[in-house]
Amino acid sequence: MIALLRKQRYFIDYTLGTMMRHKGKSLGLLSVYTLIIFMLASVMLFSHAMRSEAVALLANSPEIVVQRIQAGRSVMVPADYLQRIGKLRGVTEKRGRLWGYYYDPAVKANYTVMASEQDQLSITDIVIGEGIARTRGLSIGDYLTLRSHQGKAFSFRVLRLLESDSELISSDLLLMNPQGYRQLFGLDESLYTDLVLSVRNPREIQKIAEKLTRLLPDSRPILRSEILRTYESLFSWRQGVMLILLLGSVLAFVIFAWDKASGLSAEERKEIGILKAVGWETGEVMRMKFWEGVIISLMAFLIGYLAAYLHVFYTSAGLFEPVLKGWSVLYPRFQLTPSVDGLQLATLFFFTVLPYTLATIVPVWRTSITDPDLVMR
Amino acid sequence: MLNPAILALLMVSVLVSTMLLVAAAFAFRILRHWDIQSGSELQLRLERRTYLVSTLLIWAFTFEFLSLLLFIYNAEALSGQFVGAMCATGVLNLNPWGWPTLFLKITLFFVAAIWLLLNYLDNRGYDYPLIRFKYALLLLALPLVVAETIVQWLHFTEMEPNLITSCCGTLFSADAQGVSAEVSGIAPANSILALAISGIVVIAAGVWVAMRGTSGWLLSITGAAAFVIALMAIISSISLYIYEHPHHHCPFCILKQGHGYVGYFLYIPLFLATALSLSAGFVSPWRKIVSLSQTVADVLPVISWLALFFFLQFYLTSAWSIWSSRLTMMEVWW
Repeated sequence: MIALLRKQRYFIDYTLGTMMRHKGKSLGLLSVYTLIIFMLASVMLFSHAMRSEAVALLANSPEIVVQRIQAGRSVMVPADYLQRIGKLRGVTEKRGRLWGYYYDPAVKANYTVMASEQDQLSITDIVIGEGIARTRGLSIGDYLTLRSHQGKAFSFRVLRLLESDSELISSDLLLMNPQGYRQLFGLDESLYTDLVLSVRNPREIQKIAEKLTRLLPDSRPILRSEILRTYESLFSWRQGVMLILLLGSVLAFVIFAWDKASGLSAEERKEIGILKAVGWETGEVMRMKFWEGVIISLMAFLIGYLAAYLHVFYTSAGLFEPVLKGWSVLYPRFQLTPSVDGLQLATLFFFTVLPYTLATIVPVWRTSITDPDLVMR
Repeated sequence: MLNPAILALLMVSVLVSTMLLVAAAFAFRILRHWDIQSGSELQLRLERRTYLVSTLLIWAFTFEFLSLLLFIYNAEALSGQFVGAMCATGVLNLNPWGWPTLFLKITLFFVAAIWLLLNYLDNRGYDYPLIRFKYALLLLALPLVVAETIVQWLHFTEMEPNLITSCCGTLFSADAQGVSAEVSGIAPANSILALAISGIVVIAAGVWVAMRGTSGWLLSITGAAAFVIALMAIISSISLYIYEHPHHHCPFCILKQGHGYVGYFLYIPLFLATALSLSAGFVSPWRKIVSLSQTVADVLPVISWLALFFFLQFYLTSAWSIWSSRLTMMEVWW
């Protein structure tokens, strides 16, 4: 066992020596390999981080949202629906929510307006997200004027800003008093935008949703788990599309690697010829070449992955942002939470190391069966 | 499904089957024309090509190992995207192809391990004594690989996100029907007893084989039995202790982060140990061949000790998970 390991160590020693002697060739291959891994890893790290961000955000949202559907469109929910639901076993809390969008022509962007009861806002106070504050140049104590549904101007005082660590959702958020909301949008007391239900036991959610559709036939319950599932598949789909697009470059890389491995210089040929002349077997030459592949792959994998990690989590994936994130006027600024996933690493390995290895098997074999007298002549 | 891990798995299986098809074409030529005594050009070409083909196969089987791991890990990760799925069981249950894919992958894992060991032995003998046997075995493995590719393809392409699948709670429950339910229904006391006995037997057999350097088949048979009993014990009792719940029998949820990934520490040693002990039976018969007798005498003890090491690791991990569990069933089961 020890002898076996020692033999491998000598192989690695020798291989490293050869690679250092042909610096140009090794560096060329290494940089292309690293670049490929960097691109693929960036896509994977970024979409995985986005997905976990979405999961973390939804963790505190209510389990069931009930919307009312009329003629196939969602409309306001009458307040007495809360009474019609009555007492459902397993529901710990139910309430109506008021929210909507406000188009601000000054910045050509939509705000998400939401009535908040927890913040104890007075009728003229608002709380705004960082995005709004940035684009409108507002700070605490400033006034923001919004036009009501009748065209009258209402002025609201900015009480405070929402914390920036939740900027991904709160960037364009505007919280106000429920009364203020109703006056701004001309909504009377008997209506809500939707209803939310909290359910303690996750196994009961499906059943409660079923009961809801029976009690309120014109309603549509939306489950948190459904939203999560949609996000999951959406992001993995986006990731897949990017990967398919990048597969072309992987293929180009494979051809490049094949070419590099088969196009040996006269000097390298002579080297192998000498090795065989001094008694190396074909299997040993192949093992030497195997170690060369392992060293290159490992280095490229490490450097590429590390670079991708820095790219995604320190520069917010500057290169791929527009494609993967989407865009808007009030776009949130945020730092992604660094996370590395085993599945992702394994997938990346299969997408890069496997094609490289396969591409080099045949050329390596072809070089290692050469007869010494043929190349040394 | 454009999930990256699925794309990777599909790519691996297609590449591996292509590699095996190439190798199979070569295997036919070997079986028909191989003649070590001959100095003909054809024989020379065949000898040179064996290097290529065996390297190709080493890689193919290595990737096959990794794809088994990735497949299970991926099934686990996908469970969030399907209604009713809580772990890999739900994802495998999505369509009729899930379980066959898993079983084919596991079978291939064992076949690949045996083949790689035979290949190693064959390369050590100066006259390639096992070459025909090795390539004949490869021809038997080919249909498995192709079937696995097709079944896996069907499994991944026919996944319907809206279909409600059943979770492990319904499949692995003592009241349900089928093999999984029967296994879940085994009394924990019996399964632990069987596990202990099989453990003692396999370790005794392993020590005997390792010391004597013969009759590897003994280790193969006891190893295979220990493998089956170990899987049953995991389902019927060890998992209960890991979940600290007297009715949750799922063999996949133990792979989850919530249980410290303890499943990987159980399954990986168990599978390695079984693969090694199965190959012991394929190694020891070649003692009688002159060019191999020394290699067999060297290799067989190493295989047996390694198998024992992994078996022991598995038994210790299971004992530890039962010992450290807060589930007490003293009056009920014991």
